[in-house]
This record gives sequence, structure tokens and C-alpha cells, in this order.
Amino acid sequence: MLEKDSLHDKLAMRITGCGGFCQSEPNIIIYPEEIYYQRVSADDAEEVISETVLGGRVIERLLYADPNTGERFVHLNEIPFFKKQKRLLLKNNLQVDPTSIDDYLVANGYSALSKVLREKTPDEVIDEIKQSGLRGRGGAGFPTGEKWGLCRKAKGDVKYVICNADEGDPGAYMDRSLLEGNPHSVIEGMVIGAFAIGACEGFIYVRDEYPLAVRHCKIAIEKAREHGFLGNDILGSGFSFDIRISMGAGAFVCGEETALIASIEGERGTPGQRPPFPAERGLWNMPTDINNVETWANVPLVVSKGASWYSKIGTERSKGTKVFSLVGKINNTGLVEVPLGITLREIVDDIGAGIPSGKRFKAIQTGGPSGGCIPASLLDLPIDYESLTEAGSIMGSGGMIVMDEDTCMVDIARYYTAFLNDESCGKCLSCRKGTQKMHEILTDISEGKGKEGDIELLEELAVVTKETSLCGLGQTASNPVLSTLRYFQDEYEAHIKEKRCPAGVCKALISYYIEPEKCQACMICLRNCPVEAITGGKGLVHIIEHDKCIKCGACLEVCPTRFSAVTKLSGLKAPEPVLQGTKVIRKQSGETDVNA
Amino acid sequence: MLTLRINGLDVRAEEWWTILETARFYGIEIPTFCYREGLSPWGGCRLCVVEIGEGTNTKMMSSCTYPVSQGLVVRTHSERVIKARKVLVELLLASCPSSKNIQDLATKLGVQKVRFKVDNEDCVYCGLCIRMCAEQMDAKAIGFVNRGGKIRITTPFDRKSDVCRQCGACMYVCPACQLRCQGTEPPQVVCGSCLRLEPTCTEFYSDVMCYMGAEGNCGTCVREKPKAKE
Repeated sequence: MLEKDSLHDKLAMRITGCGGFCQSEPNIIIYPEEIYYQRVSADDAEEVISETVLGGRVIERLLYADPNTGERFVHLNEIPFFKKQKRLLLKNNLQVDPTSIDDYLVANGYSALSKVLREKTPDEVIDEIKQSGLRGRGGAGFPTGEKWGLCRKAKGDVKYVICNADEGDPGAYMDRSLLEGNPHSVIEGMVIGAFAIGACEGFIYVRDEYPLAVRHCKIAIEKAREHGFLGNDILGSGFSFDIRISMGAGAFVCGEETALIASIEGERGTPGQRPPFPAERGLWNMPTDINNVETWANVPLVVSKGASWYSKIGTERSKGTKVFSLVGKINNTGLVEVPLGITLREIVDDIGAGIPSGKRFKAIQTGGPSGGCIPASLLDLPIDYESLTEAGSIMGSGGMIVMDEDTCMVDIARYYTAFLNDESCGKCLSCRKGTQKMHEILTDISEGKGKEGDIELLEELAVVTKETSLCGLGQTASNPVLSTLRYFQDEYEAHIKEKRCPAGVCKALISYYIEPEKCQACMICLRNCPVEAITGGKGLVHIIEHDKCIKCGACLEVCPTRFSAVTKLSGLKAPEPVLQGTKVIRKQSGETDVNA
Repeated sequence: MLTLRINGLDVRAEEWWTILETARFYGIEIPTFCYREGLSPWGGCRLCVVEIGEGTNTKMMSSCTYPVSQGLVVRTHSERVIKARKVLVELLLASCPSSKNIQDLATKLGVQKVRFKVDNEDCVYCGLCIRMCAEQMDAKAIGFVNRGGKIRITTPFDRKSDVCRQCGACMYVCPACQLRCQGTEPPQVVCGSCLRLEPTCTEFYSDVMCYMGAEGNCGTCVREKPKAKE
């Protein structure tokens, strides 16, 4: 189309990585005005060119509209989702074509590397990183500079650096987006790190499930080699370093550093004893530095803008920005990059624009499957490594799952213990059997078979699993259980004592009921029931047969809102059905009489 | 030689020792299940956990894999450790109640009931057979398959192994399947009939050791049992 209107010399089109606003994708940004069009399709292309590009008019229907107020926004920076963020890392995702090194060079790419190689000694680089206060973005928050320093001091003929891109948390994709959208920033960070540590080889351990990330990394490594940013004698400095890609098979536990090393070595992905830490004895028993994708991507930023600039962002102990993937029951899902120290409320209400369909906020889970659930009362918690740990959760790699009032916390804990039991490597008895037994107890509770004493047993087991397991997976595996027990114990008690699921999720504890007074005998639910559990007919009140009902909720969904005859009951026994053959007589006014 | 402190005792250890080796050298008994001399430590059963560090910042570590270091402070029988070990034995019992080794451990640690669902499995995945096969028999015929709840120990692709010489070493070291407990009936998970120990005077001790080996029956120990913190 650009060819047809002979625009190709006036316009340039660039395909970039993910902008992070998943809710509104795919989108087009038209520069220099930064007009932001959301949810565009191929059919819109012609109109965008003729109206906006040539005509200078804004197409109203393609603009982003606030889900609460309906207000429409023209420019990228006006949208509340972007306005509150501080996009240091994700900024380039919208400007750089990930397959083009020139784009990255234009965006000042590799300037930090050349600055390091020309002006700094390895120790100066480590000092700079130490002063910036940058901490590991993989979850544990170990100071990056210190890790580098340990690795530099460790004795070894060969040293390695590894980029941990084994992002396995359900609902988290910030590392993927960085590798897909701006792989050069990670590579630049790794070269700087390798120079500081004295490493000769690097690995990007990325999951095979991220084919685009793998492809973009491969292209980026090749291009970087061509341009002399990788390989022998980088930029004529005499320093040599190269990067290889190592693909993981998608085991969650391989995100743990010792398991990751075992996996690269070709062994089974099983965590090992620390100490000795990988910084002393890691890959092939050589000093190895492992950092997360986001940590590496932060490095060029710290070097080029300086430690003092970087350390101004964030809180006293947690510096810089952090990318979170905001998902779940929230209006604006996507990747948000915020300075550390921002409150959860700002993320949920301002950036996320609240909960859809006017539901109430219940909890937010941070840190992926092994994180804890933080309740509404702690929404004003500033996000940093320490405060989240204190609240019984973790920073993790940055997943954020928002839950609304329709979420059952027992069910959530049950889901995550099942996930963790599947993903545990199986080495430690405490983790393998502990998560299995926690899951069994939680299943019992959610099925109404909970007993007095289950809560105490669950807590005791959760604490032992946390304390005695070897690696981070086992040590955090009980967080979902412990945090829900801490903040939502009343829900557990309702399940056990009253056999009631307050959120109406646990199928064994709910039942559907058609109120005979409201039922208009419209046959809609009757036809939609997948198991034909609803009896009745034209002019006959519909009745759910509870022994047939699979509690799918289809009848509740299809019952017209003006009747709303179907209700969900929890903890209550469904009233005895009225006699078969009961007739409904419809009056002119719409009122109904029930006659036996 | 390094110096470290175990249960309030200053002890000396070689640099390459683990905490477990040091403790055993000084006669301090730490229960183990997946550990066997002559095989590399694995750290899977977690029964040998000890508390390391001082004050509020203590950690639980498996003593069979943790290397000693200068000035390390170790408690092998603190309240936290004993509580954890009991739950771990309960988990072992729930997996495999027919094993005499596990029943004996339960009796030793005073575990009297199992609160979890009993699985009646045959294997507790301690990995002793795999290590025996690889390290002593030099065969590497078996290994772990799958992970988490679906873990199994088998030959590659479940086929008859070319490298297995059917030496039986894997069965010889197995702590779960070899010795069957004859006492326990299906409804009763904890047996305890063949190994009864006198109750000890203190169940756990943080900074004292009973040097008499009499577990308090000598009458010299006047230390009160610490109150359990709830």
C-alpha cells in the first residue's frame, strides 16, 4: 500500500517488539505525533494511511478508551497505563526493530560497552554496579555488583556468565518480551558483565517454548559478532567474549541456578547444594555468574547514565525500576515498568484501571506460583524486596496476578500446590511429598471433606516444607498456602466448618437453584444445560435435578437478567423442588402465579 | 583444620568434611535415610537437617551435603530441627509404611501417628540405588525419570538395560523395599512393635549434649524440658 501511494520514501514502517499493553494489541504508533491506535486489524490499514497519515485526522474508533470513564486518548503518553510507568527498559521495545542492530545503535546501543572498554577497568565497572544498588531481578534480590565481585575474585582458569531466561511462571512474560523486543540490550549487558568478571564465554539459557525469543537472540548474536561487539578482540580492546544459546525443555525448576547449570552441562535439572555458590564453583566447576534477563538489560543503563543517577530511582534498599506482568482480573493487562517503592494500589488502580465489571478487589499474588497472596488491606504496601517478603510473598521474577471477589483462596492455594508438585524436581522429600500432601489436604477442604485440625496440619507441613527444602522452589512452595492461611483463614474455616465456599467456586460446595417464583419457563436454561439436568417444559417451572447437575453454571449464565431466576447457593441446601407438573400461569402484567 | 561449634561443643574438622561427617566423628547421632558411606551425598530425604547460624538468622540445611566452614555454629537437635524431622518421618511413613527402616526411624523419633493420607508406595526416591549403580558398580543402568509427583526410577525408556549386570546392588542398598515390616496391619500405619526405646529425658537440646549415652536415664540431667513455643 505504501508502494501504491508512492509513500515509501516519505514513510518508514518498523515492526517492533511488544509494547507491553497486551489489552490493546495489536497496535500502531504513528510518529512523530505518537498517535496510538489499538486493536487494529489488516482492514484498518487503508483507513489509517488515508485518514491519519495523509489526512492528518484521528480515527476515533481506534483510539484507546478508558474502561471506567470512556474517555478516549490520542497520544501514547496520555494513556494512564503508560503515564504512571517509568519505562527505562521497555522504552526501546517500542522503538527498536529487534532484528536490526542499526536501530539499537541509533538508540545509543553499545555506547555503554564502548565506554567500559575504553575508559574503565573491570574493578571500576563492578564498583559502579555496586554503587548503583542494582539487585538481581530474578527474585532473590542479591546485589548484582557483589555477585560480580565474588565471581571476579574466585579462582578459575575459565569463567562463565549466564543469562537466565528460563521464565516458567504462569502468567509472567517480561523476560520474554525483553528478549523478543530488545535482545541487544541483554547482550550488551552480558558483554559488560563478562568484561568486569573476566569471563570468556556466556550462555543464554532460554526456554524452547519461546521460539521468537530464541530466533531474535540468534539474529542479535550474529549481528553483534559481525559488528565486533562479540568475538575476539571486542572493539579492538583485546578482550574476547562470545555467547551461545542453550535451550531448556521448559522445566520450571531449571530457573534455579544450580539446576540451570546442571541442565546446561547436560545433566538432569536438579538443584545442588549451595555453598559452594556458582560464583565460586558453577558451570563445569568454574566460577560462573548467573543473572536474570532483566538484570542484564539494566547493566548498560547503569553504565551509560551512571550509578548516582540510577540509585536515585527506587527506595533506600531497592533501586531502579522493575517490570511486572500485570494479569488476572484487571482492566489493563500487560507489562508495567515502575520504579521500586510504588504502591500496589497505584499499580492496580491507576495503571491497571481497576477490576472489570465493578467487582471488588480481593488479593494480588506477586512472584509467580511460589509467591504469596496479598490482601486488599495491604494495597498501600510499597513494592520492594523486603516489604514483599515481610508480607509473606516474594518479588519473584515479577508476575502479578490480580484476583477479584469471585476467586476462592482455597482453590488458588490448591491450584498452585498442584503446579508446584508437578514442577518440583522430586529430589527433596519435603518438597515432593510436602506439596503433594498439601494438595491432598486442600483438595479435601475444597470438596467439603475438610476436618477440624486440617488448618493446623497444613500450616505445620507448609512450614517444614519451607524450612527444610534445598532450593528456592521448595523453600517458597508453601507461600501460596501460608499467605492465604494468614490473610484468608476465615475462608478456610467456612469451607471446613460450614461447608461453604464464600466465593462460590468450589464445585462440591455449591449448587444451582431455580426460584419457582421467578422462573418464566422460557426453556433457555433447559436447552443450554449440557447434561440435561433441567426438567420442565413450556409453561412448566424448570427444576434442576441435583444428582445430574455438573455445576457448570451454564443455566446461571443464560438466564435472562430480567428474570434472574437461577441463583448459586453455597453452604445452603437447595430447597426441595416444587412438585413436578407445577404450572406457571402468566398474567398480562408479567406477574406469575404458581399453582399446584 | 577448621574449628566449628556443634551443640555448644567446639570441635575441629578437616576442611573437606561435611557437617554430618564431623558430627558422626564426634559421636553425635544425626538420623539419615538417603545417606550411605561410600556414595556421594544426595540430600534428598532432608532427615539430616540441622540448624546453622546464630540468633534469629538461622537456616536449616541438610548436614550430609553442607561443607564445614570456620566458625560455623550448628545445632543438630534443636526444637525446630526435631519438629521438622518428625514431619519428614511422617511423610516417609505415609509413602511407604511397609518399610522396616522407616518404621524404626519413626519409633526412634517418637512419631506415633500419621496424619496424612497413606499412599503405600514401594519407593521413596532416595536415589541410593542410582548412586550405587553409577558410583560403585560403574554401570549407570538406572536413573530418575520425570519430575515432581510423577518421578520414577527406571532404566532408559523402560527397556531392558544393556549395561545392567543384574548384580543386585540396587536392591541391596534399598532402604525401603528390602526389609519389610511384619508388624503393621493396613489400618495401623505406625508399627513400632520391634524397636521400643525408652523415652528420652529431653526431646531436644539446643546447647547441651548428653554425654552419658543414657539419654537421661542416669538421673544427672536436671535440665527442664523447654516449653514448646506455640
